[in-house]
Amino acid sequence: MAETVVQIQGLSKIFQRDSFSVAALEDIDLTLESGEFLCLMGPSGSGKTTLLNIIAGIDRPTKGQLRVLGEDVAQMSEDRLATWRNVHVGFVFQTFNLIPVLTAYENVELPLLLTKLSSGARQEHVLAALKLVGLEDRIHHYPRQLSGGQEQRVAIARAIVTDPTLLMADEPTGDLDAHSAEEVLDILTRLNRDFKKTIIMVTHDPRAARHATVTRQLEKGQLLPLGA
Amino acid sequence: MAIPIKYNFRNLVVRRTTTLMTALSITLTVTVFVVLMALAQGLQISLSATGQPLNVIIMREGSQSEATSSVTRDSLQVIRYLEGIAKTDKGEPWVSPELIVLINLPRRGQTQGSNVTIRGLGPDGPSLRPEFKMVAGRFFRSGLREVIVSKRISERFQDCGLGDKLKFAKGYWTVVGLFDAGGTAYDSEIWTDSNDLSADFDREAYSSVMVRAIDAGAVTRLSDQISNDRRLHLKPVSEREYYENQTRFAAPIKALGLFIAALMAVGASFAAMNTMYAAVARRTKEIGTLRVVGFSRGSILLSFILESLLIAVLGGLLGCVLALPVNGITTGTTNFATFSEVAFNFRVTPRLLMDGMIFAAFMGLIGGFFPAWRAAHENIVTALRSA
Ligand SMILES: Nc1ncnc2c1ncn2[C@@H]1O[C@H](COP(=O)(O)OP(=O)(O)O)[C@@H](O)[C@H]1O
Ligand SMILES: [Mg+2]
Repeated sequence: MAETVVQIQGLSKIFQRDSFSVAALEDIDLTLESGEFLCLMGPSGSGKTTLLNIIAGIDRPTKGQLRVLGEDVAQMSEDRLATWRNVHVGFVFQTFNLIPVLTAYENVELPLLLTKLSSGARQEHVLAALKLVGLEDRIHHYPRQLSGGQEQRVAIARAIVTDPTLLMADEPTGDLDAHSAEEVLDILTRLNRDFKKTIIMVTHDPRAARHATVTRQLEKGQLLPLGA
Repeated sequence: MAIPIKYNFRNLVVRRTTTLMTALSITLTVTVFVVLMALAQGLQISLSATGQPLNVIIMREGSQSEATSSVTRDSLQVIRYLEGIAKTDKGEPWVSPELIVLINLPRRGQTQGSNVTIRGLGPDGPSLRPEFKMVAGRFFRSGLREVIVSKRISERFQDCGLGDKLKFAKGYWTVVGLFDAGGTAYDSEIWTDSNDLSADFDREAYSSVMVRAIDAGAVTRLSDQISNDRRLHLKPVSEREYYENQTRFAAPIKALGLFIAALMAVGASFAAMNTMYAAVARRTKEIGTLRVVGFSRGSILLSFILESLLIAVLGGLLGCVLALPVNGITTGTTNFATFSEVAFNFRVTPRLLMDGMIFAAFMGLIGGFFPAWRAAHENIVTALRSA
C-alpha cells in the first residue's frame, strides 16, 4: 500500500551559460515510494544537486514529467511553490546554512513562522525536534557556539519541524568528521525507520550508503540502471 | 508570519559600525532639515501670532507696509470719528496714531549694523496690544526722549540695555524699560511716544493709525467708510491680515531649507543603498536558505526594506535629538516686507519632529528598496551556490 512520492519520466535539465549549454540531467526516469531512503551517489558535477533541487521544487526541469506527492511541481507559481516546500519538504545542506544571528531555537522555529500555529504550539514542535536530534540542552546557542555536527543536527531539526513527508539531504556529512557524520546518519536512519520519512540523500561516502534502502548512481547527468 | 524583525535587528548589531555610519548620514540630513524648518516656522509663527481680530491698521492707499505709508494729521481727525470705533475707559475713541522709523544699530559683539524698527505710539497704543507687558524698568514718559526696548532686541543690539543711551535723530534717548510682546512681531521693536518721535525726525504725518472696532461687523463697516471716502486715499487692513501677509517672507527660507535637505537626502539615500547592497551580497546564501524554507519573495523584500527603515529610524531619532536644543533660541533676520530686523525663536514642534522622522523613513525606503528588490529576485539555486 506504499504510495508513490516521486515520479520522474524523461526529465532533463539544461543550464544555459552564455553561449554554450550544460546538460546537467539527461532523460532521467525515477520512482520513489513512500518510506524509502534513497541514496544518490556519483562523482562531482554528475547532477546530483540539480536532481535534488528539482524534486524539492527549488529548480525547474527543462523537459520531462515530474510529479512529487501527486503534484505537478514544475507548473506551480513561485509563491505556491514556496508554501508547498514549507509544508512538504525538509532540506538539509552540506554547509548547514543556519542563520548566524538566530539561536538554535530560532533557526528551528523559522519554518513554523509560516504556519498558523500559536507560539505555544510552535514551542512544543521546536523542542520536540531539537530533542529528537539530541540538542535540547543547546537551544539558546548561536550557530558559532556549536560544533559542525551540532550545527547539522540543528539543520535537521529545522528540516523536520513542520513534519514534512519528504526529507532531502545534499551531502549532509560532507563537512563533518567521521564521528559527527555517523551521528547525523543515525538520525536520518531513525527518521526513516521510526518516523516513516521518505528520504533522498546525496553523498560521496560509500559508508553512508549502508543506511539507505535504495542506492542509485548518477554519472554525467544520467541515472545508471538499478544495481549497476 | 513574516521573517522576524529580530533577524534584521541582530544583523544591524553585528555590523554596528556600518549601521552607525549610515544612520549618521541620515542623522545629519534630518538635523539640518529640522533646524532650517524650525527657523522658517519660528519666523512664520511670530508673524502669524500677531494681531487682534478687532484691530484695524489704516495706511496710505497702495503702501505695502507701515514703514512706507503716511497718514496726515487731518486724516487722523476724520478717522477718530468714524462709526464703529470702540471707546477707551475714558470714553475716547480707541485709536493710536503711529510713526515708524528705521534706525541702523550695531549688533552686540559686532560692528556691522542692522535696521531696527522704532515705533512711536499714541497714549492708547499699548492697550491695543494686550500681549504687551513690561518686564523691567518702567514705561516711557512723553517729552523726555525716553524709549522702551523689547527684550529680544535688547539682548541682540548694542546700547539697548536698561539705562543705556541710544543715539538717533537729534540726540540721545534713554532706555527706561524693557518689554515683552508675547512672541509677536512687536518683539522686534523699540517703542516711544509718537509726538516725541515725529518732532525729532521733523515728520508732519504719521505712518499709520491703529483703531479698535466694536465688533466683527464694525470691522467691515469701518473698511467701507474708509474705502468710500475718496478724500482720504487710505486703506484699512485688519492687523491679523497685515502680519499674516508678511509670513510669505518665510517661504524663501523654507524653500532654501528644503533644497539643502533634498540635496543631503540624495547623499544619505545613496549611503543607505550602498550599505544595503553590501548586506544583501553578504547574505545571499541565507536568502536562498530562507526561500527554500518557504519564505516568499515578498517577505524577503519586506525584510530588507524593514532593515533599511530601522537604520533610517535610528538616524532620524538621533537627528531629532540633535536638532531639539535649537528650540527657543532667538535669532533674527531681515524682514523683507519692512526691511528691518525681525527677532524670533526657532520653533521645533512635535509636528516638525514627525516630519523629520517621515523624511528619515523616506530616505530609508529609497535606499532600501533596490537592494531588497535584488535580494527578493535572486535565483534560489544561484543564491545557494554562492559562498
Ligand atoms: N546554476 C547553474 N548554472 C550553470 N550550470 C550549472 C548550474 N548548476 C549546476 N550547473 C552545472 O550542472 C552540472 C551538475 O551540477 P550539480 O548538480 O551541482 O552536480 P553535483 O551536485 O553532482 O556535483 C555541473 O556541470 C554544473 O557545473
Ligand atoms: Mg552537489
